[in-house]
Amino acid sequence: MSSAVDAAAEEAGGRGRTDGDGRDVPGWTPYREWFRARWAEGGAVAWATALAHLLVGGALFALVAGFDLGTLPIGGSLVWAVYLAVVVAVLYVAAAPPAEPYVAWLDDRWMESDADKLLIILGHVVVVFFAFAVALGLPFNGLAGALGSVLFFTAVYSMMVLALNLHWGYAGVFNIGVAGFMAVGVYTMAILSTPADAGAASVPGLGLPLPIGILGGMIAAALVGLVAALPALRLRADYFAIVTVALSEIIRLTLNSRALQEFSVAGVTTGTGGATGISMPGNPVRLLFYDGFGAGAEPALLGSVLFPLFDGLRVELIPPNSAWLGVVPLPAFTLDLAVQPTVISNWAYVAVLAAFVGLFYVLMVRTGNSPFGRVLKAIREDEAVAEALGKDTRRFKIVAFMFGCGLMGLGGILWQGSQGFTNPGAFRPILTFYIWVALIIGGAGSNTGSVLGGALFAGLIWEGPVYLRRVVTNYVDFGATPSTFPGAVAPFAEGEVLPFLAFLLGNVSALRFILVGVILVMLMQTRPEGLLGHRKEEAAAVPLAGRPGGDRGASPGAAVADGGADADAGDNTTTTTDGDTR
Amino acid sequence: MGISETYARGRELVVSRPFVLVVALVVGLLFVDIVRQLATPGGLNAGQLASFLWDGLVTGLAIGLAGVGLSMTYSILNFANFGHGDYVTSGAFAGWAVTWLIAGAGQFDVATLLFIGSLSTSQLGVSMFGTPLAVVAGLVVAAVAAVALSLVIDRLVYRPMRDEGGITLLIASIGVALALRYTIYIVWGQRTRGLTDAQSVPEVALGGGFELGGHEITLVVIAAALMLGVHLLLQTTKLGKAMRAMADNEDLARVTGIPTERVVRYTWTIGGGLAGAGGFLIALERGAMNFQFGWILLLLIFAAVILGGIGSIYGAMFGGVTIGLTQSLSLVWIPGEFSTVAAFGVMIFVLLFKPEGIFSGVTTA
Repeated sequence: MSSAVDAAAEEAGGRGRTDGDGRDVPGWTPYREWFRARWAEGGAVAWATALAHLLVGGALFALVAGFDLGTLPIGGSLVWAVYLAVVVAVLYVAAAPPAEPYVAWLDDRWMESDADKLLIILGHVVVVFFAFAVALGLPFNGLAGALGSVLFFTAVYSMMVLALNLHWGYAGVFNIGVAGFMAVGVYTMAILSTPADAGAASVPGLGLPLPIGILGGMIAAALVGLVAALPALRLRADYFAIVTVALSEIIRLTLNSRALQEFSVAGVTTGTGGATGISMPGNPVRLLFYDGFGAGAEPALLGSVLFPLFDGLRVELIPPNSAWLGVVPLPAFTLDLAVQPTVISNWAYVAVLAAFVGLFYVLMVRTGNSPFGRVLKAIREDEAVAEALGKDTRRFKIVAFMFGCGLMGLGGILWQGSQGFTNPGAFRPILTFYIWVALIIGGAGSNTGSVLGGALFAGLIWEGPVYLRRVVTNYVDFGATPSTFPGAVAPFAEGEVLPFLAFLLGNVSALRFILVGVILVMLMQTRPEGLLGHRKEEAAAVPLAGRPGGDRGASPGAAVADGGADADAGDNTTTTTDGDTR
Repeated sequence: MGISETYARGRELVVSRPFVLVVALVVGLLFVDIVRQLATPGGLNAGQLASFLWDGLVTGLAIGLAGVGLSMTYSILNFANFGHGDYVTSGAFAGWAVTWLIAGAGQFDVATLLFIGSLSTSQLGVSMFGTPLAVVAGLVVAAVAAVALSLVIDRLVYRPMRDEGGITLLIASIGVALALRYTIYIVWGQRTRGLTDAQSVPEVALGGGFELGGHEITLVVIAAALMLGVHLLLQTTKLGKAMRAMADNEDLARVTGIPTERVVRYTWTIGGGLAGAGGFLIALERGAMNFQFGWILLLLIFAAVILGGIGSIYGAMFGGVTIGLTQSLSLVWIPGEFSTVAAFGVMIFVLLFKPEGIFSGVTTA
């Protein structure tokens, strides 16, 4: 029997155990067992039970959460702590029983295929942000805007992580200069494609068509990659890492310098714009909606159709001052689905980015499965062996490195280039580390993991805490936020915790970094391979799952592409080397 | 013996090690150019050149001091510690909090002093010469705090993953770096704060516009003393021998009966202590610091350590001074915004032709 099924059982069992342990509320177990039994009956009974449970739980929560603490005779942090604990407990008690079948269902789906994994993660990100929007009382437009921005970051991080995965996950090249290669791509595109009469705000460009600019940016990034890789790939992995990060700083400092701010070559004036930055050609997606790039552009094409359509999307379900049967007064209710034009064009760009993520993904899967990709993986596992088999490992690594750098350039253009303006400050080394964190969360060596990592990083680590802060400050009045740490901890002496909490919430952008750091350390300690990065794959060129005796219908392409848990079903034909030793 | 033999030797050198010739040529050309600029009236004058050299030495020793710790942890634990720069920052903040507390006790609010808040530095009047006790106490606290921090982090983070590969530890150290830096950010804030009273620091004028700052001299003296101490420690004590054995071959060292865990703890102690002291001294010399100065310095420290060959302590010292001199002497030819670029460029250049660093093979000795 294959280890895949074992892994599935283990995973399900593991989750079940932890969930079971965590949910053993004294006196609560009989109810949970009753709930489980009703759920097992299936059909209408199960759904009715779950629905009734959620309704009762919701009512209970509304009751608890609706208390106005201001009316209590005693104030202070103790009451707050008790209140918070009660709210959390009610939420927990309400959520635990239905969560059980849900988690089991998720476990089932999770093992199905890569698309399911992606849908599960993206679905949860969307649900979490929906909850944020509801808690903030945002209108539909606000929800669409928030989701649009989360999905934008998901897409750009996914692209960068996919490109980085080619370096680290496939070829085993430790590149921590991603930001530098992005900068080369973005700046080359900007210089090539910005109109020569860019106006007073920015340095003039060469005014070439945008596709040439984008292609030029990719080629430039790949060439810089070549310049870096040609000599440096001989170095040990950690030396190479430091060379790449130094190179990315050299690139940033050079772009930042006044010397290259504006220069003339052969009578053509252009430049990097120095520290003030450089403006870039308009986003072509905008032309789908407007007749120009300027602020006063009129809606055109799709814009002239969609903008009025979404602008008036308000359905008055119950008009004001109406009454049921002319007797019982009803509250007014309007279904407000109106969406602003900017949100619509943002979503359109997110759709374009999603298409590019798909393109990157397919490209990476194809590369990984090609003979070229197999050699890369062999190099990653053991370079000496690959060399002994007659492969020119140096050439393979250089080509893979250039390819990845070109994609990083393209990713950078799609990310930073979409905003019409950029400056060297956007390409600090910290950006490289964000992309690395996303890669490690998803799992090196797995393309699906790369996209998952991008989504988790963008949604839950990057944007999540900021929204959480908004939600909390929306509901809880912390009073004045102390501006310094001593001011925040001093009230501890009087038993006041709120100023400290307020201070932490005010610094949520810094807390986010601490969170990233702690997650990185914990991942490295407990799960260095990330969510999906098993790095075990079939060595055979033909899919083994379809053989007679193969007992699973898992899509072979996905399994091979990903090296996921269900790919190691073969017997002697599997390579099971662990790639993390490099 | 004769011309032919000398010729043959020369040819062999050209063929087998063209790098040496190229470097010699470039350095020679630059030297000739400096002489030419010195000779040109209105060009570079001797005082300027001396200031460049002195600045380079000061920066280089500070970088080297911080780099020794990085190099030691690298050779014994086999990973490039990206958190080292934030050990430098942590030590500096702890040390300066104590320095301020001692210097301003009774005059100012304790909380403001401890959190290095906004005070007029000239009123506080901290300097090596105005308040030597406070500065020395701060230096000691900086070293002790960084030692404690590095031991705690080793216990929590690195010890459970002792058997992992270098890259896994490297990534974990990036996490440590982020967590440390932004903890400092939250506790002490984002502000770049002035620390010392520049007015009360004496300067030794040597003519031609060349001056030695009091704090620069302090840094050079203390850094040199600390480095000499590390040298003696590694060369003469049993611990040093154990460390060198471990850097050479850890398994063999363990088989021989060397208590490797204890040696690791001593490594963190020495490395962390030097990082903290280095951070304190750099802040003293600059007279200001913020929450990320160690991180920004880290790349230069890496450049220094790699230049000398990771794992070699003399390499770290030599590399530090080379990087410092490169940074300051590059000002003779190129604008100041490129001095860091020049330092990184020299590092990459050396790595390309001598990938194991200048002092390669001389690990921890």
